[in-house]
Amino acid sequence: MRRQVPLIITFIAGTIMIIAYFIPREPFGGLRQRFSVWFLIIAAFALILGIGNLIKIHGKRISRQSAGWGYSVVLLVGLAAMSVLGIGWGIERSTPFHYLFWNMQIPLSATMFALLAFFVASASYRAFRIRSFEATLLLAAAVVVMLGRVPLGNLLWPRLPAVANWIMTFPNTAGQRAIMIGIALGVVSSSLRIILGIERTYLGGGQQ
Amino acid sequence: MSAIEKLRNIDRRFIFIAIALAVIVPLLFPIGLPVTVSPSVQKLYDAIEELPPGSKVLMSFDYGTSTMPEVYPMNLAVAQHCFSRDLKVVGTVLWPEGVSLGQNALEIAAEKYGKVYGTDYVNLGYKVGGMVVIQAIGRDIREIFPEDFRGTPIEELPIMEGVRNFDRFRLVVTFSAGDPGVREWVMIAQARYHKKVGAGCTAVSAPAFYPYLDTGQLVGLLGGMKGAAEYEKLLQSQGPATAGMDAQSVAHAVIICFILFGNLVMLITKRKTERRSL
Repeated sequence: MRRQVPLIITFIAGTIMIIAYFIPREPFGGLRQRFSVWFLIIAAFALILGIGNLIKIHGKRISRQSAGWGYSVVLLVGLAAMSVLGIGWGIERSTPFHYLFWNMQIPLSATMFALLAFFVASASYRAFRIRSFEATLLLAAAVVVMLGRVPLGNLLWPRLPAVANWIMTFPNTAGQRAIMIGIALGVVSSSLRIILGIERTYLGGGQQ
Repeated sequence: MSAIEKLRNIDRRFIFIAIALAVIVPLLFPIGLPVTVSPSVQKLYDAIEELPPGSKVLMSFDYGTSTMPEVYPMNLAVAQHCFSRDLKVVGTVLWPEGVSLGQNALEIAAEKYGKVYGTDYVNLGYKVGGMVVIQAIGRDIREIFPEDFRGTPIEELPIMEGVRNFDRFRLVVTFSAGDPGVREWVMIAQARYHKKVGAGCTAVSAPAFYPYLDTGQLVGLLGGMKGAAEYEKLLQSQGPATAGMDAQSVAHAVIICFILFGNLVMLITKRKTERRSL
């Protein structure tokens, strides 16, 4: 029963949503709206569940003093502090939340993201090799787009931005379209497998 | 170990130092490289220019703190453009961190043009659910956003008078760093409700949205800091994106040099190996 009930719910909800897309009249249109509202409520609860899970996992790590438990303390203190400050004093300018958000969270997150530039440079030096015709083509396109998308490219050759734009508008768009169509077909196939109960891994607990 | 071998196995810390210098030096000593405006940026600018004063624009802040250096400047530039044209901005958020970021951009732009919260602009705050939130806006915005991010009921906000769904919005602009973001707004606001949708996104995700530009499903697209710098140029204002363009230019050039140099070293090594085998 633990597996049958979710499978039946998935089948009914999925089938109704598909029918409602093609026949938006009653009762399907109304049911679709209701399901959307239910989704929002479930998503909100999932957020609370996620926070609860985070506290549980890191609480355990602290109580057992496992490797890196100090980071868990920082995480939970940060979570509690931001929640209390946000709920207590709001998130607008001149509030403690706003100060911490702009002076701690943003620089920290931006720094983490900026590290990518260093690793991209290092990886490109070691791994971006022209070993085949395709790799040469990729390298040439990358150089043109990288230079054409910054002011330096315009300075080197005034037509370079136009060439970079042509690559983005035509070959890139054609490739992206193919990828999008492939993804869409994959989503349709996966959705049907889930609705029909063939794909069950989302239920967790492995195959039974 | 030969010189070529040493170059092949160069300590990556040297590469890190080169990149750090490529970013820091142009920031400290700006070169002032000229920025050229690309068609996708011009299109979004024109779409906003065409709106009559008083029109309502739905602006969604769908990005977080990690992508803030790239997306925030375009958010600020577009908000300033809207207020300079006397457009009214209604903000929504699909990423939790976007509430503060979007609000800050709106407040800075509003201060510059003397706009009032609740009358000229509003931030309806964050709602979890992604695409379903956009669908709910299409049905009834009051159902999903009964109050703004401060807790003020939507009925008490003059800007929301008569706004029921997408009907009153002349344009939707999303600033996005991933999912939910541009794709969801195009799929619902444009494809289902036939609204004009413009977007600003990170440079890395911009190529994925070019098909939407080609079909006209996006009226314009700002890609990364370059897109924001181009928009600032159109507004004739020196913003944070323009300031960062020199650093980005030099960093790109350094990365290209590393790629070409790496390949040169590989070719020399290959030739040497071939000669030895002969």
